[in-house]
Amino acid sequence: MLNVFSAIGVRTTTTIGAFGQSAIFCWQMFRWLIPGLVQRSTWSRTMPLFFEIGNRTLPVILVTGTFVGLVLAIQSYDQLSAAGFENHMGILVTVSLVQELGPVLAGVMLAGRVGGALTAELGTMRVTEQISALSVMGTDPIRQLVVPRFLACLLFAPLLTFFCDVAGSLAGWFVAVMMKGIPSGPYWYHIKDAIEGWDVMVGFTKSLVFGGAIALIACYKGFHCRTGAEGVGKACTESFVISFIVILITDFFIGTFLSGLYRGLYGFKSLI
Amino acid sequence: MIQSASNHEPLIRLVDVHKRFGPMVVLDGIDLELKTGETTVVIGESGAGKSVILKHIVRLLKPDRGEVYYRSKRIDNLPERALVSIRYRFGFLFQLSALFDSMTVADNIAFPIVEHSKKGKSEIDVIVAEKLAMVGMDGFQDRWPADLSGGQKKRVALARAIAVDPELILYDEPTTGLDPPRSDEINELILKLKRELGVTSVVVTHDMASARKVADRIVMIYQGKFIFDGTPEAVMKTDDVRVRCFVEGRCSDEVLKTLQGKSEA
Repeated sequence: MLNVFSAIGVRTTTTIGAFGQSAIFCWQMFRWLIPGLVQRSTWSRTMPLFFEIGNRTLPVILVTGTFVGLVLAIQSYDQLSAAGFENHMGILVTVSLVQELGPVLAGVMLAGRVGGALTAELGTMRVTEQISALSVMGTDPIRQLVVPRFLACLLFAPLLTFFCDVAGSLAGWFVAVMMKGIPSGPYWYHIKDAIEGWDVMVGFTKSLVFGGAIALIACYKGFHCRTGAEGVGKACTESFVISFIVILITDFFIGTFLSGLYRGLYGFKSLI
Repeated sequence: MIQSASNHEPLIRLVDVHKRFGPMVVLDGIDLELKTGETTVVIGESGAGKSVILKHIVRLLKPDRGEVYYRSKRIDNLPERALVSIRYRFGFLFQLSALFDSMTVADNIAFPIVEHSKKGKSEIDVIVAEKLAMVGMDGFQDRWPADLSGGQKKRVALARAIAVDPELILYDEPTTGLDPPRSDEINELILKLKRELGVTSVVVTHDMASARKVADRIVMIYQGKFIFDGTPEAVMKTDDVRVRCFVEGRCSDEVLKTLQGKSEA
């Protein structure tokens, strides 16, 4: 019985300690980020990462966006057609993508393709003492390694979301116009009519939050991984799983908050 | 406190340093003074806490109790930003070399110079070539760390450690993983740097051939405490069984009895 209490106690203190450690890590990152924004060295370290992230994620995000757009259009056509709203199919596909699926899918792809790689890279640097070497040379590893990666993910996530939205909408158009014979004009006209700046802002806000969170989780896990190949592998898995859960949870809270705010400001909006 | 024979002012002073990791006590009240220009070799079994001592000197680790001084300045309680100007005076050769994989040899060596000075590219290139020549690696500027052998990596890491002309160089297991001729090359380099740059050095090792060759002074850590402090000659003549076993590279009688008991059973 005593062992059970002891185990619970150890687990609790370890969890609280990890929360404190991650909070300090985030605080240190933001402390370096603000002055770093106006330093050329920060951007010269960030630019190569843009290419790396784009190279890793853009093809896969285009494929994902395209197939999600295709599936949404195929699944919704029969119901909309039965109700006589098949010309409005573009609204369903595009609003779903811009507000929800675009940011979430881009976030998940970013977490899988980039987050895991960042954790592996930083974890290996930690295991091979490269992070300690930075400290010993009087350079803060968080300024040197985390700030550029945070900036790259933060700024690239909205761009990925945009590409996902565009690919999905085009795929929806393909199903509607090329396969189901809906006229192209009304497809785009209804989208233009229904999508507001607010919807784009919702997707943009979510993707910014997801991008920043993925970078922080990936870098934290890399910085604090256990030694050995097993330690790095475990950190990568944890990094992806935590990022995925954080994406879904924050999506719910941001979505709830912003839709409540929209109702408060503009009232109910009918899409049809 | 264990005192060195030298009369020089201490460059680094550890006073009653305690450190534990979980339930394991690694340093149990260590006192150590490092004199300017002296090469101190710390010996001890694997996991005895040798590298932990080095990490306290550069404040990669903070003591649970006790104090660390650089000259007369206490450094164990300084914030990270205040440590920059002090760490700049130290060079550290890591056990795994710790070269940055994403940079060429030249960029690795230039890194601390670029970070802490406003020198131009041409000036930095000259310094890089000079440091590489000092470790016998000139011409390797454009190579990547992944293309180098273990010994070459150590030499490049050493060139990086001396890039900003440090006062103190810390060597963490400099000969581990190298064959005997490559190990001796590193030993000769340590001696050369001392001779030509007049640096103070701390070498952590369990390689006794290396220790005897480079040391002015040898200290041995055992179960969190120093049990020997003397010259390389004295370490060969000590009566302390624990030190003798280590120096002669044989296991203790108790371990031997246990092993024999097990084989008889």
